[in-house]
Amino acid sequence: MSPVQDILVIDDEPTVTGAVVKVCGAEGMTITAVNSASEALRCLEKSSFRLALCDIMMHDLDGFQFLEELAHKGIKMPVVMMTGYSTMENAVKSLSATGAVDYIPKPFTADELLTIIRRSLRCSKLLDEAESVGLPRNGSMSYVPCPTDYYRLGYVSWVLMEDKGTAKIGVSDLFLKAAEGIRGFELSVPGEDVLQGIPCAVATSHNGSRHEIMCPLSGKILDLNTDAQSIPSLVERDPYFRGWLYRILPSNPQSDLQWLSL
Amino acid sequence: MLNNKIGFRLTFGVVLTVLLAIGVFAYFNIQSEKKSLLTEVERHANQLSEAVKSDTEYDMLHNDRERIHESIRRIGRQDSIDRVRVFNKSGEIIYSSDSAEIGTMVDKKAESCYRCHSAGKPLERLEKQERTRVFRPHRDSSRLLGIINPIYNSQSCWTAACHAHPKTQTVLGVLDVTIPLTEVDRNILNSRVAIVVLAVSVILILSLIVGFMVRWWIDRPVQELLTATRHVAGGELGYRIKVTRDDELGMLARSFNNMTDKLAEARLQLFQSDKLASLGRLAAGVAHEINNPLTAVLTNSSYLLKRSQGQAEMRDDLQVIVSETIRCREIVKSLLDFARQTVLKKRKADINEIIGRAATVIENQLALGRVKLVMELDTALPRATVDANQIQQVFINLMVNASDAIGENSGTIKITSSAISLRPTGVLQIKRALCPKRHDLVDRKIRIDGKPAISMRFRKKKHTGLIHLNPMYGVDEHRLSDMPALGEGVQLLCPDCSASLIAEGELCPDCGSPVYAFEVPLRGLVQGCLREACGWQRWEQVDSAWNDEYVEVRVIDDGCGIPKTQIPKLFEPFATTKGQKGTGLGLAVTWGIVDNHNGTISVESEVGVGTSFVIRIPVGA
Repeated sequence: MSPVQDILVIDDEPTVTGAVVKVCGAEGMTITAVNSASEALRCLEKSSFRLALCDIMMHDLDGFQFLEELAHKGIKMPVVMMTGYSTMENAVKSLSATGAVDYIPKPFTADELLTIIRRSLRCSKLLDEAESVGLPRNGSMSYVPCPTDYYRLGYVSWVLMEDKGTAKIGVSDLFLKAAEGIRGFELSVPGEDVLQGIPCAVATSHNGSRHEIMCPLSGKILDLNTDAQSIPSLVERDPYFRGWLYRILPSNPQSDLQWLSL
Repeated sequence: MLNNKIGFRLTFGVVLTVLLAIGVFAYFNIQSEKKSLLTEVERHANQLSEAVKSDTEYDMLHNDRERIHESIRRIGRQDSIDRVRVFNKSGEIIYSSDSAEIGTMVDKKAESCYRCHSAGKPLERLEKQERTRVFRPHRDSSRLLGIINPIYNSQSCWTAACHAHPKTQTVLGVLDVTIPLTEVDRNILNSRVAIVVLAVSVILILSLIVGFMVRWWIDRPVQELLTATRHVAGGELGYRIKVTRDDELGMLARSFNNMTDKLAEARLQLFQSDKLASLGRLAAGVAHEINNPLTAVLTNSSYLLKRSQGQAEMRDDLQVIVSETIRCREIVKSLLDFARQTVLKKRKADINEIIGRAATVIENQLALGRVKLVMELDTALPRATVDANQIQQVFINLMVNASDAIGENSGTIKITSSAISLRPTGVLQIKRALCPKRHDLVDRKIRIDGKPAISMRFRKKKHTGLIHLNPMYGVDEHRLSDMPALGEGVQLLCPDCSASLIAEGELCPDCGSPVYAFEVPLRGLVQGCLREACGWQRWEQVDSAWNDEYVEVRVIDDGCGIPKTQIPKLFEPFATTKGQKGTGLGLAVTWGIVDNHNGTISVESEVGVGTSFVIRIPVGA
């Protein structure tokens, strides 16, 4: 086993880890599969990985405990959580509280998996670069600094609470950079409900991969930024101001905001 | 048993009272009748006695004893007279209609003497009313009335030629006439019998009438109430009392119906939320369990699909596996969405195209069941903003149901689509209603027709209460309980902060009453009138901007049909008519999806003829 591998996949279902190994292996990534978090921790003592894919609901140690162990041991490995649609709340929690970089809802296709792995690897690289020039490793400062009064969901999306009770939603600079050039956005229409942690828009990158953008706040869409739809590069240039995506009427801001970081 | 019945008790009580009243009345009536008859007889006896006295006076003065004897005998022979006799002061009978007793002495203790001789010294004057006496000579004989008439001394007596009486004597003798009371007694008896007969018949008739009225007005409605209570207690909450009256029992029946309505609704809500909670748990559990195998299938199949470049046939098959697994993923999601009543992914879509896709999905199933699918689609259908996956699910569910209803036989499923126009009233549901201080008036605990109602508090002096408005715009079926009409001194308040909900300076254009107003976030003010039989409501922003375009889709089958009793339960989770075949989730999910699209779904069905589901979805959503 080489000292640095690409992926560590942790899931108590061998069929899931088996499928992930097959997909990543075919793409030429080096990958190790384990069926419990404790096994993963033992594995990390011997080798290091550029990225971990970890299930949340597992038998001995669950995904959260695994993330805590990593923080305790000082292992700075980006982790993508895998979770069923039924535990989306957990996914949001894992992004905010315990420092996972992203999550992928199960079940997923090979392409969805690869898109998220590539994006997360790139995101991690960008964070490393930022850290090397003395910027904080929380995604708030990279090429375009995030304004301080914006709430962020992981490295994915942001919320600005407006005075009249509405909220503006957008996608973060780091997410766009990690997605490597956006060709276009697919947005929902006003009147539709959006839910925290559930994709509310899709960014298509130049290589054709589809990046689902998780909504940072639940509510009803009031308005969308047609400029963002027609000029995708505007969002990349100015993601926090002119590149906003939706204005929504939050349905449950108090409880939603606790999972977001300022 | 019988005496436990309120009707019997009431009748018994009334009859007892009447019995007592008529009894007392009859008693006094008989008494007075008796008295007046007796008085009449007394008067008659007095006259008779006076007539005898004056008739014989002349002969007395001339001491013509033979004539006197003759007169007395003649008078005594009359039928209405028992006996006439005259006795002197010492009690010797001098004249008598019964000649046998002439010359005999009368005992001073005898009934005819007793009146004067009872007090030791004989009385010298006797008042008229004291002269009569009623007696029975023997125990078995009929009653007699005796009248004694004292013959007082007078100047003509002591100056008469015979000089039979000295001047000092006051009373010369006594004329005693006895009259039989047989006739009178018979009359008294007759009238007593008549009164008793009358009283008994009055009591009988009265108790019949009272009994009938009690039965009609009390017993029957009470029995109906009782039956209804038993039915309701037995769980039959749909049981209704027919209210045909306006009295207190009618009101009771009405409030009973009202109560069971609320009870049924509460139970339904409880049932629904209970089911939804267990459905949520079930769905979460299923989703979690199914996600791992689905992940393996989806990842592997999509992986194979990526690697199968150039193998067209295999690619197609793999594409089916991938897309159907993705559909499974969407179903699991929508199941969870339904349990959480959440998010839709709406896009402009062609409903006809969605119907076509749904038909393709279940075509195999239909072919096996020898079911013919007929589509009559309106090609000019406007594109609607819908979640295509979910709406496809709706059509698949309905077509599967239709095919199940047709069963083993051959049959036809017809799907039609058309564009229709609907006014917002009765279609649009107010889902949020804000008071001036922005509290939501929509109360999820109170439901009208299954939809959360809009609650307000009214206050008039110390009288206060909650009212609940129907959230369907323009539908005037509110629950106003005992709210007084809006006007002077009546306040309408937000239940949370007591901010006034009465629109200042606005009056109902139909009836001129004050109106209420609340805000629907982003959709402007809703105003309305609370006066009964008016029901005016205005939602300017919606009225002016209303897109009345709807797409109507009908899924019609000629299968077995749904019994009427099952229809109200049709859209509840776990209500299945298919026995082991169904989960009972299909139509609940269907309803949830249509409702999330602000659409409506209704069903018409006849057993043995077929079923028709009508879905209406707003084009603009």
